[in-house]
Amino acid sequence: MKVIKFLLEKEFRQIFRNRSILLLIMVMPVIQLILLPLAANYEVKNINLSVVDHDHSSYSQKLISKITASGYFKLTGYEQSYKDAFHLIESDNADLILEIPNGFERNLIREDEQKLLVAVNAINGVKANLGGAYLASIIRNYNTDIRFELLPSEKFNQVPMIDITSSNWFNPLLNYRVYMVPGILAILVTMIGGFLTALNIVKEKEAGTIEQINVTPIKKHHFILGKLIPFWILGNIVFIIGLLVSWLIYGIVPVGSLALLFGFIAIYLLAVLGLGLLISTFCDTQQQAMFIMFFFMMIFILMGGLFTSIDSMPDWAKTVTRFNPVSYLISVMRMVILKGSSLSDVLPHLGVVALFAIGLNGWAILNYKKAN
Amino acid sequence: MSETVIHAENLTKRFGDFVAANALTLEVYKGEIFGFLGANGAGKTTAMRMFCGLSIPTSGKATIAGYDVYRQTDLIKKNIGYMSQKFSLYEDLTVLENIRFFGGIYELSNAQLKSKSDELITQLGLQHEAKKLVSGLPLGWKQKLSFSVALLHQPKIVFLDEPTGGVDPVTRRQFWDLIYDAADKGVTIFVTTHYMDEAEYCNRISIMVDGKIEALDSPGNLKKHFQVDSMHEVFYQLARGAKRGE
Repeated sequence: MKVIKFLLEKEFRQIFRNRSILLLIMVMPVIQLILLPLAANYEVKNINLSVVDHDHSSYSQKLISKITASGYFKLTGYEQSYKDAFHLIESDNADLILEIPNGFERNLIREDEQKLLVAVNAINGVKANLGGAYLASIIRNYNTDIRFELLPSEKFNQVPMIDITSSNWFNPLLNYRVYMVPGILAILVTMIGGFLTALNIVKEKEAGTIEQINVTPIKKHHFILGKLIPFWILGNIVFIIGLLVSWLIYGIVPVGSLALLFGFIAIYLLAVLGLGLLISTFCDTQQQAMFIMFFFMMIFILMGGLFTSIDSMPDWAKTVTRFNPVSYLISVMRMVILKGSSLSDVLPHLGVVALFAIGLNGWAILNYKKAN
Repeated sequence: MSETVIHAENLTKRFGDFVAANALTLEVYKGEIFGFLGANGAGKTTAMRMFCGLSIPTSGKATIAGYDVYRQTDLIKKNIGYMSQKFSLYEDLTVLENIRFFGGIYELSNAQLKSKSDELITQLGLQHEAKKLVSGLPLGWKQKLSFSVALLHQPKIVFLDEPTGGVDPVTRRQFWDLIYDAADKGVTIFVTTHYMDEAEYCNRISIMVDGKIEALDSPGNLKKHFQVDSMHEVFYQLARGAKRGE
């Protein structure tokens, strides 16, 4: 046990002496938690709309002003012909074209019917989809407005209608940030824990100091504990900073128990540090360790359910996410912070993460050789 | 000579088809300064790593301080000190912190750590540098410091792998004074070097060529045997036949 004390003492001295690492640990969570939730927003705004109005009537004007007043669209062109408007799409200056035909107002009043053309630039699928849908709903709305205007109200009321009232649970204002912040914090804790551990040990290999350690009678598990404990503590500090930032900036207070969150993080960090440790046993240079860690991190982040829902992934991808420790943390963070889930709800997640911790660390210890 | 501290018999290390160390047989006695010579790539470092328990031999027998190199590496490690070619103390720790750390993992008591640190700092004349980071020390001082750190836990044998590479002549001389001091206290010194003047300082030397020990005797006897005036010529005659390049 005394040996571990010396190892920890040395490790903390080196960490506190390394200003850039310290800065990284303190500043990175704050900046990322401020920046990313603002950017990672699914609401599509600023859709570029080009209008071709052949009618030039008061009705067509009303429709156009209703669309621009919605706040989702930016009128980028007011063209003479569809061909001109299409040039704007080709040069990527417009996402949507709305063509209002000649006689729009006249036909609407006389024949109760009129067709509009909406052309969508579908290169950016999400923007195209949502843009088209927003536009359609605005036009529907406009349609209801003119029905009020043109039809006697009692006749209108005879149309049977289903009125839907929905209530939003756990995130009543549908605030996208509330959903993103816990997930981003999960990624931060993972990155800092994994990278720091892997790079630290490989750095000792590069410097040759590990050889000097290997020639001492130090026990393998002492050495590994001496590396894991400091980074485990740092991971927890990052997590605490992250929780404070989400409370101070986004007003997110975990609904569930803090003790449960910290308990889960404690075991989760062991798994992530184990991965860092394992990677370090395979690498001889920090460059190698960095690339391998990035490889895993990319998969972990993009297949962790942070940006895209795991439920809507294809079956094979769902299977992959089961081997992704980050996906468990992201879902537990959301469950406990937003929904107030209790220990029994997250027990299956906890079990899997504990298995990761045992498996990865066990493998790392087996693979760490003092002699070859 | 007295007690045998290193005993090797047909010790061999293969990496695939490559025989890095081929049937090494040698004995080193207590308190001796044993020079381990050979051209680059001759297999010196491989042999030394086997003696230190950093590398498991492919075949052959060896005991270090009486312990078996296959089964008792932890006991060997308790009884040896090692200084590699590459400076391997922590550059981002101070002189005192390095001493404390390495002493600590050899399980020295706090009182021992204190007295050893004071003794070492005085002996090396590092009073003004004790609280400075090791990265700021000149190379020669670093090497003297790592040698002293390798001796902290009073090992029976110290392995030095090219300890004076790139060090100026004055500092080299001081380094050898430290080696003589240690040998006088009964510590066995096992040292590799490329400097033939240093080879002359050793009690006995062996010369490795292409993984084999081609000569083993005192510098005087070797010169007599090869009928030359200097160790330089002895080395040249033997190493000239080497087939392995760098």
